[in-house]
Amino acid sequence: MDHWQNFSRRDFIKISSLFLAGSAAMSSSAGQAFSGLGQSGSDENSDRIVYSFCEHCFWRCGIAAHVRDGKVYKIVGSEHHPLSQGKLCPRGTGGIGLLYDPDRLQHPLIRETKGGKQYYRKASWDEATGMVAEKLYGIHEKYGPGAIAMLHHGFGVSFFKQMFSQIGVNKFAKPSYDLCCGPARQASVLTYGYPSGTPEGFDIKNSKYMIFFGTHFGENMHNTAVQEISEGIRRGAKIAVFDPRFSTIAGKAEHWLPIKPGTDIAMMQGLMHVLISENLYDRSFVQHHTVGFGELWDSVRKMTPEKVAEITEIPADAIRTVAREFAFNAPAAFVHSGRRTNWYGDALQRIRAIHILNALVGNFKMPGGVVNFDKFVLKKPKTAHAHPPYEKSVYSRYPFFPDDEPSNTIASHEIVQQAISGEIKALMIYGVNLPETMTLGRETAIEALRKVDFMVAVDVLPAEVTGYADVVLPECTYLERYDALDAGRNFRTPFVALRQPAVPPMYESKPGNQIAKMITDKWGMHGVFPASVEAGLDKTLKMTGSSLEEIKKTGVIVRPETDLYRKPGVALNLKTPSGKIELASSRLRAAGFDAVPRYTPQPEAPAGFYRMLTGRKPMLTFGRTANNRFLGDVATAKENEVWVNTETAAKHDLNNDEYVHLKNQAGVVSEFPVKVKVTQRIRPDAVFMVHGFGHTAAKMTWAYKRGASHNQLISRTDIDPAMGSVGFQNNFVTFIKEA
Amino acid sequence: MVIDTRVCVGCSACVYACKSENAVPEGYCRDWVVQETKGNFPKLTMENRSERCQHCENAPCVTYCPTRASHYAEDGTVQINRSLCTGCKACLAACPYDARYIHPDGFADKCSLCHHRIEQGLKTACVSVCPTGSLHLVDFNDPDEEAQKLMAGRIVYRQKEHAGTGPSLFWISASNKPGA
Repeated sequence: MDHWQNFSRRDFIKISSLFLAGSAAMSSSAGQAFSGLGQSGSDENSDRIVYSFCEHCFWRCGIAAHVRDGKVYKIVGSEHHPLSQGKLCPRGTGGIGLLYDPDRLQHPLIRETKGGKQYYRKASWDEATGMVAEKLYGIHEKYGPGAIAMLHHGFGVSFFKQMFSQIGVNKFAKPSYDLCCGPARQASVLTYGYPSGTPEGFDIKNSKYMIFFGTHFGENMHNTAVQEISEGIRRGAKIAVFDPRFSTIAGKAEHWLPIKPGTDIAMMQGLMHVLISENLYDRSFVQHHTVGFGELWDSVRKMTPEKVAEITEIPADAIRTVAREFAFNAPAAFVHSGRRTNWYGDALQRIRAIHILNALVGNFKMPGGVVNFDKFVLKKPKTAHAHPPYEKSVYSRYPFFPDDEPSNTIASHEIVQQAISGEIKALMIYGVNLPETMTLGRETAIEALRKVDFMVAVDVLPAEVTGYADVVLPECTYLERYDALDAGRNFRTPFVALRQPAVPPMYESKPGNQIAKMITDKWGMHGVFPASVEAGLDKTLKMTGSSLEEIKKTGVIVRPETDLYRKPGVALNLKTPSGKIELASSRLRAAGFDAVPRYTPQPEAPAGFYRMLTGRKPMLTFGRTANNRFLGDVATAKENEVWVNTETAAKHDLNNDEYVHLKNQAGVVSEFPVKVKVTQRIRPDAVFMVHGFGHTAAKMTWAYKRGASHNQLISRTDIDPAMGSVGFQNNFVTFIKEA
Repeated sequence: MVIDTRVCVGCSACVYACKSENAVPEGYCRDWVVQETKGNFPKLTMENRSERCQHCENAPCVTYCPTRASHYAEDGTVQINRSLCTGCKACLAACPYDARYIHPDGFADKCSLCHHRIEQGLKTACVSVCPTGSLHLVDFNDPDEEAQKLMAGRIVYRQKEHAGTGPSLFWISASNKPGA
């Protein structure tokens, strides 16, 4: 098949007409759920409270949804759930803004072409799932299971994984691996022999000194971590922040060190140099529990604070101070591995360097240091249906891609590339708004979406990605469905949590568990799923000595606190090749990579351009919340701004609150203008903008044209050669003033 | 209330919790977050704080309300009787803290300190939700130990005390040294 001819076969369709008529009617009544008419006050006694867990970010806090007259009118933090402890970030409260979003997808849609024009028509579930089943099966028969892939983001995907297993399809990618958790996970595997989890393994609660490299708690509202850091501040714990931007956490810090972007590894090497040369490291721990110290010292011997100061633009004295304070407070001190810090192609080594700093001060499994929280061990009933064998357990070509994560067998950018090359013919996209997700940038994502023979999108909102689908299947929100049990979070008190519906699905939307079942039924494969999702949950819970009825009362089963700390004189017995903490990684060396992290310079900005940094606002999770009117209804949430240092603004004659277009180094100009925030809070050589704005899908009526898209301005990506994560911070922008 | 700005990250959880608890109409809020940065790069300081009606002891909104809609409740908080309010905005002009707005239904509205929750022995929505534990609801009528414990030995201020309003919100300054 000639894919080039087919290139523009799938035009973007703005989900429209049919769909709008319904939503207009709904919007007035739905809006009242949170706009209200001022009947102040709730009578707690008449409320029905449904305990579940949030889906606005991966932290998955426990929530208590308050329902009255068939409507969720408020969501608060569950007092039973260990990750929320009765508290919640804005996004958790903002679930009502998603549930009652007037732009929600209401019916299944099928792409049609008539008279050369493409449009969507409303379809029944029977017809739409029938078409998906037929197309997927046909492609599977013709090209084999490797021609089908799924990109997914969100907890509800488990049912679709199980569905695909029935035809031997397991080419799955989650963009969060490439962009967020991948390098931290694999750096932990290579150094400690186990993957890092969520919450990350740091004993914040008992720490006296915390170092953060660019990760910005307080803007990342990772509930439990923010609670523990706040407790630390009250206790008098000190914080040091390396960040080109004066972030919220930098505002809490004893030391803010506005490091030159792209030089973190050099700084970490400088800190190692001070720890070793001043004999501040834990000599006994390093000797007994680590390997590769000699090689490490050789690699940092020349990275004196003076040399590092030149690279990072942080004074040598400040480097010494932080290293000494870190060692002084150790083992109740740590460098945090952060989240979503894959900025250049070196994220794996960067986070390895963080783990090495921690190992040098001997904070491993010590109060206030690095710990390894446990998960709840959930026994699962045997699946009645055996599925055909998979061709491979990993499809990624990156040597250090995980081989033990069935939901993540290939990097998402590899799926994008395989879709473009024609290797992948069919895509299911579950909750990933690919054109606005940083997987090789917007243009490449759209090329991939246009190229595949068949694409089905499962989503809640008419996000950009749904406009490229052949079939759109409207899933109901997390507040309207059961999902699999959540035993996937690591914590002091291991737990398993239930997601249960607070209200029935609105419109014709359906839960993922039913959608997946309809498709397997169409394949004639009955009995893949339990008769009902409730029956399946109950069966699993009974194997743990509980039941659905019991867990529904609080939404969670919590185990007692586990012992997190190591005992003196006991070997660590880690699952690394040496059984010890690998300062120098034998696996990396064997695969031809640097065994110890080494700083390599990143490209500099062209004259008149500034490095584009990104992050988030505390009330938003990128695309997840882009169209959420409830969350958008606060002045600071309405749009993104481009932060420009006062000095830089003067050079370009920019005024605060002025709107400009941004142009990147490849000549891409932002589709929409963005407001300038002139500030002292950022280095003069960088600008900052929050990701997840500047949407082009007109049917996301709140998000449309609001702010500028960070993703659109990514023309260059740097892929980590070892584990396949994507860096995107070697993009530079300049300003185009409005005429 | 005692508000500890040392830990506040300005996430606005308090604003959204209030909006859903009190059915605050779109486009309005009863509490809000201020982020204040001082100094020049790279010597900067920051304070985040959650602000709302200060439930003044000598409240200008009560003094200047022509219909007695704004009044002191028995517990000392400042409340609004909607049925008496004509929406004349005298209170909006009188309030030095800009804590009030006119509800689309025509009456003045502001933080009620969640009196409907306090009556039930609950904390306000903002205090309950706050992930950093920045917000503390204390009873100043009690010779209260909690308030004293929170504020003792720390830099604490009130806003616009010179206006003679006797505001009931106390702020623990972000400029306190760690562990103060």
